[in-house]
Amino acid sequence: MSTLSEVVAALKDRFAEVTDSEFRGQTRVVVQQSQCFDALSCLKNEYGFDMLVDVTCVDYLNFRDATDRFGLVYVLAGTESNLQLTVRVMLNEPDLTVPSVVPLWEGANWMEREVWDMFGIRFEGHPDLRRILLPEEFAAHPLRKDYPLQGRGERHNFPVLTRAEA
Amino acid sequence: MTTATRTIGSASAREEDYLWTLNFGPQHPATHTTLRIVLKLDGERVVDAVPDIGYLHSGFEKLGEHLDYNQYVTVTDRMNYISPMANNVAWHHAVETLLGIELTPRCKYIRVLISELARISDHLLSTGAMGLDTGAFTFFLYAFYQREKIYDIFETLCGARFTNSYTRVGGVMHDITPLVVEKIRAFIKDFPKTLEDMEKLLNRNRIFVDRTTDVGVLTKEEAINRSCTGPIARASGVTRDVRKDQPYLGYEDFDFQVCCAKAGDCFARYYVRMAEMRESLKILAQAVENIPAGPANIGVDERTALPTKQQVYQTIEGTITHFELVMANRGFEVPCEEVYAANETGNGELGFYIAGDGSNVAYRARCRPPSFIHFAVFPHLIRGHTLSDLVAVLGSLNIIAAELDR
Repeated sequence: MSTLSEVVAALKDRFAEVTDSEFRGQTRVVVQQSQCFDALSCLKNEYGFDMLVDVTCVDYLNFRDATDRFGLVYVLAGTESNLQLTVRVMLNEPDLTVPSVVPLWEGANWMEREVWDMFGIRFEGHPDLRRILLPEEFAAHPLRKDYPLQGRGERHNFPVLTRAEA
Repeated sequence: MTTATRTIGSASAREEDYLWTLNFGPQHPATHTTLRIVLKLDGERVVDAVPDIGYLHSGFEKLGEHLDYNQYVTVTDRMNYISPMANNVAWHHAVETLLGIELTPRCKYIRVLISELARISDHLLSTGAMGLDTGAFTFFLYAFYQREKIYDIFETLCGARFTNSYTRVGGVMHDITPLVVEKIRAFIKDFPKTLEDMEKLLNRNRIFVDRTTDVGVLTKEEAINRSCTGPIARASGVTRDVRKDQPYLGYEDFDFQVCCAKAGDCFARYYVRMAEMRESLKILAQAVENIPAGPANIGVDERTALPTKQQVYQTIEGTITHFELVMANRGFEVPCEEVYAANETGNGELGFYIAGDGSNVAYRARCRPPSFIHFAVFPHLIRGHTLSDLVAVLGSLNIIAAELDR
């Protein structure tokens, strides 16, 4: 069973431009957009990270000293090894597409749909990439930092069905 | 009316011609909350289920980017509202991980007490509602009577029965009082009897066992692959429990077992929850007798925990700290960093991914809701079963729509 530092070292060996950092005992690696599927697949198949704990995203629009717009976050865990690793992928407009990890972890299905819904990041190869929490006709991606807290009047202009039309 | 051109059973009959579509929810007694499932039925058998969620979406994560670390705790109450205390603890656990705060031993024990009470209350509701859906009404009443006792304890502790908002950064709202300790002791003494009665009611109940055994089977591999946690995963044989694997709040000091089953069906999920309540009682008994002396909150000079009202009104340090923390342009010293911190709540792993940007409002407050992840498994579990199994599976997953949609 390899330790987390060995996993990170092996990952840096295999994939160029992988950087790692540690904060409060949590190890994070940043992987290039083009290599993200291969890196995640390698972590799952070779290093025993068999559980995808979470997929989420951070919009760094107003973040101090941020160079990238979006940071996609995968939190991985190994149920046997009990290791936890955060993998981040930096994305910039206009290319907001990453390969879907549903072929690796079935659990990514809804989590990726939520990220698409809230941030507008497209997951290529996802079996069913529809909005999940918001209605289909919603136009914006509300967890982006340029979307106001009060919304853009969607609530007031919501299509109303009368009983006769329904 | 036009006559059908095909005969039933002919080769030209397409599949969708004889499948029924049934809309289940968003208002249905067995969903307990607001969620909708579109079912494709072949007679009584469920061919496919398409969940449609988002009816209760209220932008909790967006709100998290506008409320400060202490204010947001009121929103976490409303996520999994059947165990709000556990959500409070999980949120502030993540915030304290980001801020690098080490709690006082007394505070850790208080938080262990309330998390375990919350777990029992969560399991009582989920098993109770599952019993109710499968026809065991008495069982439900037994469960709810004890939930009421837990509400009483919470009311004595913090004044609120339902939406507690009890924790604060670096501490809790009020220190625990002897009356609360007494009530918890009484609960520990009374509850095993009810638990025994509940087990006697359902564990060997023909109707219940027949309706739940081999229904909605989730194998161990699938449970891991589909990111299941908590009782759902443990009923399938996954031994993961955050309390044991990444101990927080001093859970390593307590003697308790991780309850697992191998079957992975609805009955196993019910059984694991019942067994977990006994383990929670063990933790409660150990914690309530060993609450360390000393302050519940971090000292005023650390400038992280809100001072008590007495300190605010009677000491100058208290007044200064209070204003430093509540004023909009002051507040906590937050690093420009990101953490993921999770707690084991009744429903599974409740994690928060918080990004701090130096201000006292989170830059991103992502919640990893166990209900959301477990509901994604639902279509897989129900395929091939009958319509009446749907309520058993739904009950065993314990889907809380407020947490599902946030």
